Order: sequence, then structure tokens, then C-alpha cells
Amino acid sequence: MSRTADTSIAPRILRLGSDDKPVAFAAGFVLLILLIGTGYTLYTQGSAPLLQPQYLLQQLQVGSFLGIVAAGLMVVILLGHIDLSVPWTLTAAAMMATAVGGPWAIPAGIGVGLLVGIFNGLGVAYLRVPSMIFTLGMNAVMRGLMVAHTGGFAPQTAATDLMQYLAVARIGGMIPVALLVWLAVSVTVVAILTRTTLGRGIYAIGNRERAAYLSGIDTNRVILIAFALSGAAAGLAGVLLAGYSTKAYQGMGDAYLLPAIAAVVIGGTNILGGRGRYLGTLVGVILIVLLNSVLSIMQMPEAGRQIIYGCVIISMLLVYGRGGRVTG
Amino acid sequence: MSDTVLPPAAAEPQEKTRRWGEGLSLRWLQHAGILGALALFVVLYLFYQLSHPRGFSGQILIQNANEVFALALVSMAQTMPVLMAGLDLSVGAVMTLVGCIASHLVDGSPGEIAAGIAACIAAGAACGFANGCVVVYGRIQPIIATLATSAIYVGLALILRPTPGGKVHEDLSWAVTSDLREFAATFGLFDNGEAAWLQPFAWIPVPLVLLALIILLVWVPFTRSVTGRTVYAIGSSESAAYMSGLPINRAKLAAFTLAGLFAGLGGLFLALQTSSGNADIPQAGAYTLNSIAAVVIGGTSLLGGTGSAIGSMIGAMVLRTISFNFRIFDVAPLLQPLFEGLVLLAAVSLGGLKLLRLKNKLEVFR
Repeated sequence: MSRTADTSIAPRILRLGSDDKPVAFAAGFVLLILLIGTGYTLYTQGSAPLLQPQYLLQQLQVGSFLGIVAAGLMVVILLGHIDLSVPWTLTAAAMMATAVGGPWAIPAGIGVGLLVGIFNGLGVAYLRVPSMIFTLGMNAVMRGLMVAHTGGFAPQTAATDLMQYLAVARIGGMIPVALLVWLAVSVTVVAILTRTTLGRGIYAIGNRERAAYLSGIDTNRVILIAFALSGAAAGLAGVLLAGYSTKAYQGMGDAYLLPAIAAVVIGGTNILGGRGRYLGTLVGVILIVLLNSVLSIMQMPEAGRQIIYGCVIISMLLVYGRGGRVTG
Repeated sequence: MSDTVLPPAAAEPQEKTRRWGEGLSLRWLQHAGILGALALFVVLYLFYQLSHPRGFSGQILIQNANEVFALALVSMAQTMPVLMAGLDLSVGAVMTLVGCIASHLVDGSPGEIAAGIAACIAAGAACGFANGCVVVYGRIQPIIATLATSAIYVGLALILRPTPGGKVHEDLSWAVTSDLREFAATFGLFDNGEAAWLQPFAWIPVPLVLLALIILLVWVPFTRSVTGRTVYAIGSSESAAYMSGLPINRAKLAAFTLAGLFAGLGGLFLALQTSSGNADIPQAGAYTLNSIAAVVIGGTSLLGGTGSAIGSMIGAMVLRTISFNFRIFDVAPLLQPLFEGLVLLAAVSLGGLKLLRLKNKLEVFR
């Protein structure tokens, strides 16, 4: 146990340990997707738009929303829990941010996410309700609140200029600001996971909560904070997404939960908790975003897209995500 | 679970009575979850029928039974992996896929209809078996494996039904969504449903009969078999089950296949009920999530090892009855989702009360 704990807690970027295999493999697959897509466009159009920095930056900009959601979700998955309340936390944050408007729009959005996360944490940590079902219930409650608030229609309020700037603007016409936000979130999560006792506590709880508790970790507090982080990340993603589309709308978060889980897992994080590196999640998000983009360039119908999506997740996990044999 | 084998000398009458009594209370305890859900359902449903202007009429019962059936079967499907401490995110997708298959095949001559129904059931079971193979031989966590396969099944459903449509046999559709008298009348059985012996039962909706048949013919025999017991054992402790020489792989494959079969039957019914097929992705997701809620309300532990598909069926009925009540009480439609969520949260948070009884803090952690 101590050896695996070493490799999972301390980030050693240059050494190829057991946790690096998923990252390396997923990165290889990203290149493969780019190669296939480029081959396709060379064959059909005689050009290679996929390899232009402009295109890649555009993809990263779109991917930053998913990336921020996945960053928060990863913290919860490392605990061995899951946060199914992401879709409507995100939507609620977006709607509240546009409804409040003005300078308080962004704090309001993130605050909504934080609040939902704290509620989730209270239910999961202190009431010991399985996270799967409690966050599901919170999702339903948030959906209910938002439907009651908006009357079931898209709210008429618009995103503030600052929100639009964060989501759409590009520094020097090149670097999307959204990408920088994603980067800031990433640095924060990496710092928390690798440089703080909170991070160690998260990995420890994911491995065995009893042992963590007996080692003097206030496990309930750690779980609460982790869920709060996840909620806040979903809230931030909602604020950005509202800025990107200039308004909030019903169901805007629905497309983010399952891809985020897939990205985290493809990046090598164990769905049962305790193991995984943030770099993997980063590569996982890029993989999902590029896969989606290349499939739409190929004009793949929704049906084929879903099938390929499923096959990719299974085949990636067959390579490096397999559990051990039960041997007593 | 195995009965204690007593030597003849120990089995004295007095001793025996006491043991029997203890066994009875243990049995009650084991089924506390189901009984609680059943009580909740009875209270809610009586409340609904009493407040309904046309309460206690056959039409209401038939309508309710039709609305419950698909969710009940999908929840029963979800029970199988949950008993093994897993989760199946593909039950809604399997339901959707089989519904789309049914909208192509279940029409024409009686022979064609029978073949079509058989094909639908086989397709559901095959989807479940594929899930089982990925979990058993691929050794991938069920929740992720089924997340991936659900995308595949939804994709296949979209290929079969790019737009909602299709058609199922109208008589069959009518027969399975009404009461027994209409069922018999449609197919010219029992003097067109007027046979004297049938009258006491004639009001029973066909979906409820089908549910009872599925439970009696599939679920009960399954739990009594070694394979079924192994499913429970895996949920309690997989390594202990392995060390006891139980057929773990066979049980997992059987459980997932059965889950696919149940979900497929739900899809078949949904196609018959709506007379069409629809590859509706949000609907598939909603059914999957509701099935998890139904399983929990029905007293099955998400940690595995305890629970029953019967409980999940009742859980599904509770969920549906809550929405029935909303209709009666003129809850503003806009507030309904909020109340549904709050009821679900309140129901699962009640479980937190058991923490107060724990003497050892360590028992809080599983």
C-alpha cells in the first residue's frame, strides 16, 4: 500500500510509474485522434486545419468549461464519492449570475455552486447518505428551484460584460481568457492535492476512510470541503458558460456530467477513489473535446458519435483501467 | 442465510419454539426496508385514491399501473448490480434500445408478433450479457463500464429510430394496457372475458398481472438458486464469496443478463404503451436516475448485499404515486420538480438517523 500511495500522492512528472501509464496512453490517443482527423481533412479537403494553433486554441477554449467541471469532480471522485448534482448546479449558477448581474454576478454564481456543494457535503459526510443518491436529490432540488424561478423558460437576463470577457475574449487575439481561468483552476487543484494536508486527507479517505479517521484526519470536514470545491467548480463553469452563450438556459449543464466523469476516469483516476493524478484528468478532458470535435468535422451522425464514444471509453479502460482479480 | 442444522437432541419442543420466534423477528428485520416502502406506498396511494374525484375506479387503477410498469421493471433491473455493490447506468439505454426494436418488429401476423417479442427479450438480455462480459472479463468497474455501454446502446437506438415513429400491433397494445376483461375480450379468450370465474379478477390491470408473473417466474426462482444467493454474497463480501467457492463470474454474468432482460421488458412495454419507438436520450437518463432512487427507497443498500427487486418495484410505485398526488392537489406544475427533489432528499436523509444509534464511531465508515 505504501508504494502505491507514494506514487499517487507525490507527482513525479518525469518518472513513468504505474499512475503515469494512463496519462501517457491517453496523450498518445490524443495524438492518434489528431492524426486521423488530419488524414481525413487532407483526403477530403486537401488541407490540415486541425494542426493550426488557431483551431487547437479554439478547442481548448471550448474544453475549458468541461475541464473546470472535471477538475472539481475529480476531487470528489478521489474520495470514492461522486457528484451527480453537477448539471443543475452549473445551470443554477449561470441563471443566478445573470439574474444578479452587475459586479456581483460572478460571486453570486460561484456562491450558488459553493452552497450546493456544502449541502452535498453535509448530507454525504454528516448524514452518511450515499453520495450517489444525495447529489442526485440535490440535482432534482436545484432543477426544481430553477424551474420555479424561471417559470420553465429561458431567463431573459443576459451575462455581464466581465463574464463574457472571461469566456470569449482572447489576449492578444490568440490566448483565450477561458483557457487561463482553466489553468488557474488547475493550478489550484494541483496545489491542493499535492501540497496541502487537505489533499493528503482526500487521497487517504479514498483509500480507506477508517484508517484516515484513526490517523486523526477529520474525515467529515475533508469530505465537506471536497464537495464544496466540486460545487464551486461547477458554479464557475456555469458562470463561464453563461458568458460564452451570453445567457443562461434550461438544461445547459446536462451535457457536462457524463463527459466529465469519463474524462476523469480516462485520465486514470480510480472511480473507487484514492488513486489518480490531475495531469491525467487534464489529458482526459482534451481527449474528449478533440474526439467530439474531430467527429463533428467528419460529420458523424449523433448515433455513430455515441457508439464511438462508448467504444473509446471501454477500450481505453481495458488497456489500463482494469481492476485486480479477486483472490480472497 | 443457511439454516442451522441441529442435532436431534438439541431440537426439543421448547427450544424449537423459541428459535422459530427469533427466526421470525429476524425475517421481519431483514425485510424492514421493503415493509417500510410498502407502508409508505399504501399510505400515499390510499391518500391519492381518497382525494381523487373518481377514486377507487378501474380506470384510475389501469392508468396508474400503465405509468408504473416501465419504471418498475427498470428499477428491478437496477437492483441486480446494486445487490453486488455496483451500479448500472445503462438500464435506461437498454430500455430505449429495446423499445426502438419493438417499434420495428412487434407487428403483423401472430407468428411475427411472437417472434418480434422474443427478439426484443433476447436483445435486452444480450445487452445485459454484454455489460456482464465487460465487467467480468474486462474487470472494469460496473458504473464506468455501463456508462460506456449506455452510449453504445443509445447510438444503436438512434440508428434504428433517427426520428420517433414506428408502429406496434394495435390489439396487443390495447390488450396489455387495460384490464383482464379487455385482455380476454381482445383475444377471444374465456367467452370474450365474460366467463363467470374470471369476473372477480376481471378488474385487475394487465400490467400488474405481468409484474406479478415476472416476479414469480423470474425473480423468486433466481433468488432461490445458488447463482442468486451468490449475487447477494458478492455484495456482502466478494472475497469471502470467492473463498467459499461460489461461482462469482457466473453470478455476475447472470445478474447483468437478468438486469438487461428486465430493462428490455420495460422497453417492450413502453413501446406497446406509446405505440411507437423513440430514441429519447434525456428520457433514458431520467429512467436510469429514477431507477437508482427507486432502488434506494425500496430498501436496497447501495453498498450491496441486502435488498430485493420486489422492494425496488415498490420504490418505483412510491415515486410514481408522489407524482400522482401532485396532479390531484393542483401543485403548480412549476413547483413539482422541486417537491419531487425535496421528497427524495428527505426520504434518503432519514437514513442518517441510524447514525444516532451507533455506539462505535468506526461503524460510521463502511
